[in-house]
Amino acid sequence: MKRVKKSNYAWLSVLSVGSVIAIWWLVTDGLHLVSTVAMPSPVKVVQTFFVKLYDPAPDGSTLLENIGSSLQVALSGYFLGLIIRIPLGILMAWYKKVDMFVRPLFDLLRPVPGLAWITVMITLFGIGMLSKAMVIFLSAFVACVVNSYSGIRQTKQVHLWVGQTFGASNLQLLLHIAIPTSLPMIMTGARVALGASWMALVAAEMIASDSGLGFMIQQCRGLYRTDVIIVGMIAIGALGALLTYLLSLLEHLVVKGRSSSK
Amino acid sequence: MIECKGLKKTFQSENGAFEVVKNIDLKVKENEFLVLFGPGQCGKTTILNMIAGLETPSEGIVTVNGKEVHEPGPERGVVYQTISLFPWLTVMGNVEYGPKVRGIPKEKRRATAQHYIDMVGLQGFEKSFPVQLSGGMKQRAGIARAYANNPIVMLMDEPFGALDAQTRYLMQKELERIWEQEKRTVVFVTNNIEEAVYLADRIVVLANRPTQVKAEYKINLPRPRNYVDPEFLRLRMEITDAVDKTL
Repeated sequence: MKRVKKSNYAWLSVLSVGSVIAIWWLVTDGLHLVSTVAMPSPVKVVQTFFVKLYDPAPDGSTLLENIGSSLQVALSGYFLGLIIRIPLGILMAWYKKVDMFVRPLFDLLRPVPGLAWITVMITLFGIGMLSKAMVIFLSAFVACVVNSYSGIRQTKQVHLWVGQTFGASNLQLLLHIAIPTSLPMIMTGARVALGASWMALVAAEMIASDSGLGFMIQQCRGLYRTDVIIVGMIAIGALGALLTYLLSLLEHLVVKGRSSSK
Repeated sequence: MIECKGLKKTFQSENGAFEVVKNIDLKVKENEFLVLFGPGQCGKTTILNMIAGLETPSEGIVTVNGKEVHEPGPERGVVYQTISLFPWLTVMGNVEYGPKVRGIPKEKRRATAQHYIDMVGLQGFEKSFPVQLSGGMKQRAGIARAYANNPIVMLMDEPFGALDAQTRYLMQKELERIWEQEKRTVVFVTNNIEEAVYLADRIVVLANRPTQVKAEYKINLPRPRNYVDPEFLRLRMEITDAVDKTL
């Protein structure tokens, strides 16, 4: 039932995007309310988009090269983060000793924003891919660990009893029961971390980079190329939404039999 | 078969020790259907959990086939009161879970699971997830899962407590049919007298706070039983009267 209703109201989503573009056009080309240097019109932005597909000026790379560079950094930092953070949360929730060992470090590092690391990373690794990947790795550290930790903690006593009466070992209880229980929350954590990584990336590229969408925006700022800046902003928004969408598809594949996945 | 000797369970609370189960002595014969019957909040589930090895008695011992119980084990299958199927597995995945843990190869455990899925009448629902099943079907799957591990004892903790009246009658009949087909020693906990008289070879009536054995009734009516048979109704009334006095 819910699905049917959702598609019935799809026109509302089209309307929201459409009206923003319409207002944008009105204040620029339509009524000339703002200067085109401060705010280029949608038509100009579309033109710039096609030009930027093959023209490396003014920042030195074409749009696709910048996107490729950003994606490479964001995804490597993100996946490196996932492989370390998810198991860490699981182990902390399941083994008291791991929790006691890791928690003080975790509590100290957790309030430090990922971007605060950027200077340390630049001095350690320079302005290449590694320093940015490390910043992304460190940002959104909390979301993944906390989500996989509390996901494991949601394991039902009766499910553990079922496993125990069938003679499952402690490791089997973890693998067969606790981890499947926590999967929906782990996936939520992965989604939150993806958003945080993508945002941290653009900020990191503005400070330490020689390519990427953030670098492109930063370069154009000094040149008053607001049209390129807006192309970059739209690319960031669209790619972020696309990545989140791909992850939610994966979530539907992985999380089965839960009412939330229907 | 199953033997409980001097079984006691006390819990520590803020107001001191709280005695839940007091001096339970109980013997269950092979392939006997024993019903533990008692009012609402008495320690029936605690007794069952101690037989299952999920709770440790404060005093006394439980033996199954002469072996003392210290922890849960595959020879004691449990059907739980709450819905205890794994929501992330299909019906087949749930039913074959026990044999899978014991390392039975896939083909063999699939065949076993299929046998019990058919027995409880869930054929066609092998690939369904629990969220897609009705309450009665979930408990059928729960029974199949307990059977698939081939336990010698079946412990059932108010398995039909959450079902509506109509489904409950149906499930009582189904359980009896299944049990006649594949006999096991059963300890069945309920607070429903009709269910007790319908299913039991023997009813142990438990008194409340602390829980202790109040009375025992052998039910010798031929199976399958009739809920409105005069002798059925007489027994039902006799036991109800006895329980009312304990409240």
